[in-house]
Amino acid sequence: MNRFAILRVVAKLLIPAIMLFALYVQFHGDFGPGGGFQAGVIFASAFILYALLFGVVTARKVAPPRLINTTLALGVLVYAGTGFAALLRGGQYLDYSVLAHDAVHGQHLGISLIEFGVFMTVSSAMITIFFVFAGQDVDEGQD
Amino acid sequence: MAVTALALARVRNLFAVVMMSGIFSLTAAALYVVQDAVDVAFTEAAVGAGIATVLGLATLAVTRSEAEKKVRAVAFGPLLLVIVTGAALIYGTLDMPDYGDPAAPIHGHVAPRYLADSEKETGVPNVVTSVLASYRGYDTLGETTVILTAACGVLMLLGRNRRQKRNAPTRDSAA
Repeated sequence: MNRFAILRVVAKLLIPAIMLFALYVQFHGDFGPGGGFQAGVIFASAFILYALLFGVVTARKVAPPRLINTTLALGVLVYAGTGFAALLRGGQYLDYSVLAHDAVHGQHLGISLIEFGVFMTVSSAMITIFFVFAGQDVDEGQD
Repeated sequence: MAVTALALARVRNLFAVVMMSGIFSLTAAALYVVQDAVDVAFTEAAVGAGIATVLGLATLAVTRSEAEKKVRAVAFGPLLLVIVTGAALIYGTLDMPDYGDPAAPIHGHVAPRYLADSEKETGVPNVVTSVLASYRGYDTLGETTVILTAACGVLMLLGRNRRQKRNAPTRDSAA
């Protein structure tokens, strides 16, 4: 377990920073470059870094495939649900202006919601794909 | 970028191929920054240079395939086809407006309205975000669904296989 000690220590310092940066990209996407897609990828890369250094089996315990699969689908559900919420409030599908008392607030809320949906789906998808690919040899070894 | 692309086509070592496609993506990201497309550059750097490289390496770890059989003979039919297609594409670009030409059709359609009204209508200073999330909400919903589908596809192809097919032979051999 003492192999790559330096890498592990550095990664432990880096992973929270990467996650924080992902959230910054997520919520600052309205003002600077970024948004749900980029934030999702960065967030997933934190998990991938963890999986690379501590093994896919350990990483699967941190992010159980069941949870990841749920958030994977939930992201699209949140996105589409925002559209239906607009529909229910008397607007058109994905017309965020009706979501709040005035149009600009509604747009803001809608964009945040769908960006969050994108974030969930993208990060879960990236984590899933990596776990499945990287987990192949591990599972073969366990057999 | 051209050098990387040529080397990419020549090299037979798959590890080098993965590394060079990462370099290619990073160069592309730098190019996007030069063209002031920071959002695209951000995505390219994160996905193309970051995740795709790691995924490629993970795939290599599973398949362990080194250089495949070398192709020596030059296939003239496909080569001719590629040259003709390439020439047609380059001929097509001749009719495109110059880079950054303000009179280009794309700048006269809906772009001015987005640029002028987006902040007032959505309250979001970054026009890229407002166009992606609000004006083109359907497209982004579609993209998100594509990503979901991709993950589902990978899960179905590899995730299930792992449990059923890999386990089945060992149980048979044990019995």
